[in-house]
Amino acid sequence: MHDTNAHRATQIFAPLTASAVLVNPVGLHARPSVKLTQCAKGFTAKIEIALAADGPWTDAKSPVKVMRVKAPQGATLHFRISGPDGEAALTAMLALVHDGFGEA
Amino acid sequence: MGEIQLTGHPASPGLAIGPVAVLTSVVASRAAKGDPAQEAAALKAAIEGAAVELAELIATVHSEAAEILEFQVAMLGDDALAEGAYEAVAAGKAADDAWRAALDAEIAGYRAADEEYFQARAADLVDIRDRVLAGLNGADAIAKISGDSVVMGDDISPSAFLAVDWTRGGAIALAAGSPSSHVAMLARARGAPMVVGLGPLPSNGQPPSLALVDGDAGTVIFDPNPETRRLFEHRVAAANAARIAADAGRLKPAVTADGRRIAVLLNVAAPEDLAGLDPAICDGIGLVRTEFLFEGSRGLPGEDAQYAVYRRILDWAAGRPVTIRTLDAGGDKPISGLTIDGERNPFLGLRGIRLSLARPEVFRVQLRALCRAAVHGTLKVMLPMIAVPAELDRASAMLDAEFAALKAEGIACARPPLGIMVEVPAAALCAEDFGAAFYSIGSNDLTQYTMAAARDIGAVADLNDAGHPAVLALITRTVEAGRKRGVEVSLCGDAAADMRLTNALLATGLTTLSVSPIAVARLKAAIAGVTA
Repeated sequence: MHDTNAHRATQIFAPLTASAVLVNPVGLHARPSVKLTQCAKGFTAKIEIALAADGPWTDAKSPVKVMRVKAPQGATLHFRISGPDGEAALTAMLALVHDGFGEA
Repeated sequence: MGEIQLTGHPASPGLAIGPVAVLTSVVASRAAKGDPAQEAAALKAAIEGAAVELAELIATVHSEAAEILEFQVAMLGDDALAEGAYEAVAAGKAADDAWRAALDAEIAGYRAADEEYFQARAADLVDIRDRVLAGLNGADAIAKISGDSVVMGDDISPSAFLAVDWTRGGAIALAAGSPSSHVAMLARARGAPMVVGLGPLPSNGQPPSLALVDGDAGTVIFDPNPETRRLFEHRVAAANAARIAADAGRLKPAVTADGRRIAVLLNVAAPEDLAGLDPAICDGIGLVRTEFLFEGSRGLPGEDAQYAVYRRILDWAAGRPVTIRTLDAGGDKPISGLTIDGERNPFLGLRGIRLSLARPEVFRVQLRALCRAAVHGTLKVMLPMIAVPAELDRASAMLDAEFAALKAEGIACARPPLGIMVEVPAAALCAEDFGAAFYSIGSNDLTQYTMAAARDIGAVADLNDAGHPAVLALITRTVEAGRKRGVEVSLCGDAAADMRLTNALLATGLTTLSVSPIAVARLKAAIAGVTA
């Protein structure tokens, strides 16, 4: 577990990273990308997604940019998140992907 | 001019005859171009106006259409979409030219996608582009189309589709388009026949006046000869009669050609699956999967939450029997915090009843909720993955204890009959030895454990055959055990919805099959064709 107090003391938020496989039938298309960006906008943390662990990174709060990623079903979606509510954001984003955006 | 037949791809089934309505793109020219600041303000106003129009439209449509439009609203609300347009405006370009160029570049990116699904989203971007352009040009975005027409064009936007009353029998014939487009999804939901990918449409000086659309075959005939039209009208009449008969048959009890009454039950995963369904289409619910309650990030469900869901399903069934399966986690259905991670062979590990007995604190909550729900209808409870009688006996003792505890607390409750799923070959071979109130054959697992082949492993998938004589022999054995003990036997796996197996399954003596709601009409029709 991360020591959240240590984070708060330094006010430096090392980026959190994680990945999840897209399980919903047609990948990160219209409705899932809207759900993803709406969820991301609920956090102050900077949230980015990519199809590879080393980027290129895309702003997860922009539906236009998320759609440009064209992430297909079965792709591994990488997250890079930094900010005070980063851990909660990461948990929420991963839950959304694991749930197949409610479409699976 | 003779008739012209074009062949494309079916996008929404059904037949239609109607006058042709040609989609035209709105090409009104704008008055005068202002300075960059005025142009930017005009563009901003047009984008905001388009979002308001869409929001108003969302309020008037059904949920699926609303979600499609919400995607457009989200895209319009994202500054990244107009970024390039504002830059061009600042450099002196007119607002409409700048917007068109920026959106065309975005659209080109979608059309170049590998996945057809992303290509199909181009139609949504075209819709957004044209709605904003119409705002800039002060034109109406959508020409009025009569609902009995065959709409003809290169492609059709969701907005244009939603502006038409499709209950009047119209159809869609497109030169381009995609079966994966949002409009195709909407057309299937509304029952409007649609054919896409027809290629160049006839327009020798003037457009055709009448079209016959075959959304099953993916063909369109423009300006048909009288004989062609007469034959097509016969097909339309026959199709209407068949549909009316099938819909009526869905509500009738299932009976074989030689007069055997077969009970048809439903498989459901959540109460939402029952929305809009008439309980009269079935003889009850043969399988309620409860895993959905335990999935997601909500944590393990409490007793009250489970009780509310079970009660909703019993209320829907209005007295018809409802069989709820206790949690069937593990195997291919991991649940975080409950199933064991990293089991070497999860299908042969701690799953189904084995997991429930290993986690009695979780199982007890479900048993209590089931006892409370049992007072609201005809509830039966079944245990998944039973291999030996001791598992049923232990679960039965726990059910007795929870029932007694509820009664002692003065809470309304009943003890539902407890049956087993027969999906482990050991349970099928020794079915008579179980004191079960009923047997429900889970043909998916029974097949994979009998054939030692998983259906999702391509290299061995052809071995995973529910119609194999070994699997049918185990089903027959279970049916005989049920007959000897005087308890009901049903089958609730995918084999029940495989019409090629209906004959073989009924030949084992089964009289109860459980399938997903979508398969009910087809299964009843297949049963009606079974003679012995």
